[in-house]
Amino acid sequence: MNEGFKWGAVGEALPLLLQGFKITLLATLLGTVVAAVLGLAIAVAGRAPSRFVTVPVKVVMEFIRSTPLLIQLVGAAAVFSSVEPLYIGIVVLGIHYATYTSEVYRAGIDSVPKGQWEACRALSMSPRRTWQAVILPQAVRNVLPALGNYAILMFKETPFLAVITVQEMVFKAREYGAAHFVYTEVFTLAGILFLVASYPTSLLMRKLEKRLGH
Amino acid sequence: MSDFFSAFMDDLPQLRSGLWVTLEATILGALLALVLSFVLGLMSISRLLLSRGVSRVVVEFFRGTSLYVQLFWFYYAMPPLTGYELSPLVCGVLAFGLNYGAYGAEVVRGAINSVPRAQYEATIALNMTPLHRMRKVIMPQAWVQMLPSLTNLLIQLLKCTPLLWLISAADLMTAVEKLRTRTGETLTAYVTLLACYFVLAYALTLLMNLLERSAKRKLGLDTGGRSLLKSRSAVTAAAAGGAR
Repeated sequence: MNEGFKWGAVGEALPLLLQGFKITLLATLLGTVVAAVLGLAIAVAGRAPSRFVTVPVKVVMEFIRSTPLLIQLVGAAAVFSSVEPLYIGIVVLGIHYATYTSEVYRAGIDSVPKGQWEACRALSMSPRRTWQAVILPQAVRNVLPALGNYAILMFKETPFLAVITVQEMVFKAREYGAAHFVYTEVFTLAGILFLVASYPTSLLMRKLEKRLGH
Repeated sequence: MSDFFSAFMDDLPQLRSGLWVTLEATILGALLALVLSFVLGLMSISRLLLSRGVSRVVVEFFRGTSLYVQLFWFYYAMPPLTGYELSPLVCGVLAFGLNYGAYGAEVVRGAINSVPRAQYEATIALNMTPLHRMRKVIMPQAWVQMLPSLTNLLIQLLKCTPLLWLISAADLMTAVEKLRTRTGETLTAYVTLLACYFVLAYALTLLMNLLERSAKRKLGLDTGGRSLLKSRSAVTAAAAGGAR
């Protein structure tokens, strides 16, 4: 059974995996953008004065957050079968993580001193102006490192996209592995590529966080 | 729709065994993860450079490589390399345990570090042995700090168990997926499945809240009955406090 590690297969599979890696990065990047924008919208909606807005938002968020991403992906791909899988993947990944990032924004908004709200009130600014000119600029700066952390987490979950046939790195690895029967080599390689990409990024985020004084 | 639910009733035995596999993977995986978190977490605050180094490398390795890759590695790559073939459930438990153990180690480390310095100094002044100090003073306080983050990790672990479907373990997802192909009721099937996981997640959260309450009581902090029903805070243990 023991056939040893086939180094040749590694060299052969590497370009293929790197090709898939581009899709992985693309999905992470666009997914992060969706999560960052949607998360902000959810956080602001969660502070709406009416309970008819805040309670449903909270329930839906709790539901999305507590249920498996894999099922959400497979389900969305089955229901919207005519849409390109990559787009479905990005949107579902983005929505899933938006439920987390919204909490990050919430903490960021809470960290803006109460006096700032009162000052806006005293200057009779409109709610829109208050958010835009005073609250968000202060809140968003504080949450950037935390958003970066979620981007790293999302990056490590992109292999889920392989299940809905997005041609990302692990999809390519499985394809090549099945064709040549060299699973050990390709999965080891894929793992190393993940490590190589995510570890320096997380070191960088840690530095950024320290500089911002968290 | 009614088709689906009559088929659901017919398939109840398979669904029940699927649910059991899912729970088994979650609980065994969580236990392995808990043990590893404590071992690696305590190693990372040790005074020995070697033990700190080993813990750091293991944690970064299992956090850095994706869970998905780890699971597949155990399932596909282990047999040709070592000659041992693991059952899908064992692969799942190993991968979940190692991955979440690495995240948990950071939680344990952070919680122990968050116990005020003066508490350590007091135990030293009282001439307590390191073991006694850990057991009676530091750990009870750190444990309360850890629990919310550990709850989040537990729910995340539960949310990863449908991956077992991909390595053909007969878990809940597999059972419902079979039902879906047979009845053709895609949307109903997936919504039902999501609802099942939501109920499981909420039940686990309630259990952990109970645990948290009893841990707080031991420190003399009574939180009242309402705290049992609170939902989790969403800042995942994996992302909160420090880059992961």
